[in-house]
Amino acid sequence: MDLKVKAQQFNLYYGNFQALKEINMEIFPKTVTALIGPSGCGKSTFLRSLNRMNDLIDTVRIEGRIILDGNNVYDPKTDVVALRKKVGMVFQKPNPFPMSIYDNIAYGPRVHGIKDKLRLNELVERSLIGAALWDEVKDRLQSPALRLSGGQQQRLCIARLLAVEPEVLLMDEPASALDPISTGKIEDLIGELKKNYTIIIVTHNMQQAARISDHLGFFLLGSLVEYGLTEKVMTNPERKETEDYLTGRFG
Amino acid sequence: MRRITKYTQGLAFVLLWVTALITIGFLLLIVFFILKEGLPSVNWEFLTAYPRRMGREGGIFPTIIASLYLTLASLVIATPIGIGAAIYLTEYTREGAGTKIIRFATEILAGVPSIIFGLFGFAFLVTFLKLGFSILSGAITLALMLLPTIIRTAEEAIKSVPNSYREGSLALGATKWVTIAKVVIPAALPGIVTGIILGVGRAIGETAAVWLTVGGALRLPISIMDSARPMTLHLYTLAAEGLSLPRAYATASILIICIWIINTVANLLMARFSLKLRA
Repeated sequence: MDLKVKAQQFNLYYGNFQALKEINMEIFPKTVTALIGPSGCGKSTFLRSLNRMNDLIDTVRIEGRIILDGNNVYDPKTDVVALRKKVGMVFQKPNPFPMSIYDNIAYGPRVHGIKDKLRLNELVERSLIGAALWDEVKDRLQSPALRLSGGQQQRLCIARLLAVEPEVLLMDEPASALDPISTGKIEDLIGELKKNYTIIIVTHNMQQAARISDHLGFFLLGSLVEYGLTEKVMTNPERKETEDYLTGRFG
Repeated sequence: MRRITKYTQGLAFVLLWVTALITIGFLLLIVFFILKEGLPSVNWEFLTAYPRRMGREGGIFPTIIASLYLTLASLVIATPIGIGAAIYLTEYTREGAGTKIIRFATEILAGVPSIIFGLFGFAFLVTFLKLGFSILSGAITLALMLLPTIIRTAEEAIKSVPNSYREGSLALGATKWVTIAKVVIPAALPGIVTGIILGVGRAIGETAAVWLTVGGALRLPISIMDSARPMTLHLYTLAAEGLSLPRAYATASILIICIWIINTVANLLMARFSLKLRA
């Protein structure tokens, strides 16, 4: 099977501080990869490197390559806009725009040039169904998105993402700001989404990682300490640091 | 010790309440006095008729149009420049020597007396650029006066748009400019409009700056190059040259009512707009 995403000797510096050290990682299509590790270990930084969201910070410098479908994402010729369409991101705190539900979902397609009303309607419906939110909001698509509950807002953000028809979904602790029931819904959703998308999720919740992921990467102080099948890493870790983290000796 | 604290609490509350009362009191005093003196002379004829005998008799129709025309023109000039400058300062530059200079210049501009703006307008726009006494000269001069307020409030409004909106938009593959135009500005709109409303209030009430630039001709302005006389200038002339004190008060009353209507309509529009977008 061809790799979807591959990190090759990837390093990242915030000014003089090295946040990521020689990351090598292979991610296969239509899998869920969870990145775990203590705060400040670099997992979110790595996630944001995959869709070049780190470009927004001026002091960032990178070395190495991130290869998506055979192309280096950091090649100067890369179209960053097209990259972010292909590789979408959901953030920890849901961030729906102050617009109606419909306009939120239609925002991405409109930005990429789709104006046809029928096509937009279809995309909005399909995305909301894909995010398991359609039934709850189909009668009030014109109402403000900010009126939805936290869990619904996060599913809206996922739907917004699906509307631009990405291939990879990056999720940065998507359920950490939500209550357990909403978290459960998001986790079920991820299980469904992985049939069509490659998902990489950063999480602080090890049980969540165990529940939903196929592969697990353990980050510590900027290095990828261990990476492999979730079941293997969690039950039979090869490195002592991994075992210490999993058993809660530090966090 | 406790007794003293209790008294100071009560005393503070009373003093603050009194200051609020004084502020509102003066406002109401001025408004009521003007309306009391002026409203008796206001009728339909007054609003629609042209002035006769230099304003001693007749109505103030052309001056109402002149005020609205002038205010609108100055806003049309000042708003895009002001919002553009605010966007540039917040989204396209970092805090540094450049922005500090721009901000300093804006602050100074805000403190310049209006008569000096008037003199500048006269020397540069009316005379040097040969625009003559016209709505255009007045509008440009007023626009310069409104710029600091509009820039400042627009800047604050844009800065308070949460970064998470920008990130969300960029993560969907939007470019920086599209993000600004389609997400940031609409979200900042209430704050921006506040600045514009403040601008309207100032523009419609300006006298010194328009005196030397708009000319004061008592005719109905059609072209933007026409000279005209807004209500502020008219009521000053009527009072200062002893032409008709009742009509001066009446003009002042109409002016106050205009400002009140504009503010109310703007607030209503803003409320409806906010309701549509927010929770």
